[in-house]
Amino acid sequence: MDETALQRDFDATIDADDRIEPRDWMPDAYRQTLIRQIAQHAHSEIIGMQPEGNWITRAPSLKRKAILMAKVQDEAGHGLYLYSAAETLGVSRDELLDKLHTGRQRYSSIFNYPTITWADMGAIGWLVDGAAIMNQVPLCRCSYGPYARAMIRICKEESFHQRQGFELLLTLSNGTAEQKAMAQDAVNRWWWPSLMMFGPPDSESTHSEQSMRWGIKRFSNDELRQRFVDASVPQAEILGLTLPDPQLRFNSETGHYEYGDIDWSEFKRILAGDGPCNAQRMAHRVKAHTDGAWVREAAAAYADKRAAREEGAA
Amino acid sequence: MSSEWPLWEVFVRSRRGLSHVHSGSLHAPDAELALRNARDLYTRRQEGVSIWVVRADDITASSPDEKDPFFETASDKPYRHPTFYELPDELAHM
Ligand SMILES: [Fe+2]
Ligand SMILES: [Fe+2]
Repeated sequence: MDETALQRDFDATIDADDRIEPRDWMPDAYRQTLIRQIAQHAHSEIIGMQPEGNWITRAPSLKRKAILMAKVQDEAGHGLYLYSAAETLGVSRDELLDKLHTGRQRYSSIFNYPTITWADMGAIGWLVDGAAIMNQVPLCRCSYGPYARAMIRICKEESFHQRQGFELLLTLSNGTAEQKAMAQDAVNRWWWPSLMMFGPPDSESTHSEQSMRWGIKRFSNDELRQRFVDASVPQAEILGLTLPDPQLRFNSETGHYEYGDIDWSEFKRILAGDGPCNAQRMAHRVKAHTDGAWVREAAAAYADKRAAREEGAA
Repeated sequence: MSSEWPLWEVFVRSRRGLSHVHSGSLHAPDAELALRNARDLYTRRQEGVSIWVVRADDITASSPDEKDPFFETASDKPYRHPTFYELPDELAHM
């Protein structure tokens, strides 16, 4: 088939809201967009283990520690589901990791903020995982089959992440005045970065239109951000905490909450590498990979030895 | 150095009586570790009672894409379906 016919088939599949599968013909730009997006998503899950891993040894109880470990382990799993999905597009795992380690592919800027108190574990679960869920649920219907299937699995697991964070904050908020203040401080620090997780405003979003056409993206950045604000305000009230935005108010005409201006210069600065923890996150990631090299080599050597022994016995 | 571990496809039987279903894939140096990794990766919430792992290289697939004439021979045989046959309403169970 010539390229026009292939393109027509591809367009028809997209228009029918059907899924594209790995060995289908697809335009190169579609493939490259997906590789970039899935890789960035996978890297975010992997790097996202660090801010929370920071508190595992200092969790206030065995129960909280077990919960936090399970959550961090889930994030590792999410990264692996997504790397596998990216690999179906013809990139290798080594290539993806190498691009992360050399800064040629990105991860979400939210993970470049420090986790300075225990309450940050609550604010991350409630707000950061909450924003991630808002972004990810529509991806369960993404036009690329392996990505959509990975997202379904991930979304199922995410809901515990948000609930444990909310419960943690609620416990602190109902605790001593000091604990409540700690919860409030964490929310104050994580609120605005969470709003930035939806990406630049629609007026400045470069890839959005094409991704919508391809069924990779279903809602615009601003639409999802608005949904997140609308969901979060009543949740903050239940927590007995406030959101750090004096302009936040309900517009009864639109039925939505209006919010203040987001500091996009901060977002751009962190994306460009100049956030509080960028260097630390990358250094830790590269060190973990380098330090693990002997384990990978030993496992491969052991597999070879066993294979040779089995061959000898046969 | 880079000698990437081979890719394995993972199939999980969620409970007795159901067949194994493809869950995803992973890298592992050999079958035994592929099974262990698959348990940690795909059954962290009791999603399975049995796992198969298959080297991705060992799978032979039907066609280069998912909508080729390979399956067309079945498309002109509607008489293989029970709904092809119009029978009187009086006929209660058939
Ligand atoms: Fe995740
Ligand atoms: Fe999560």
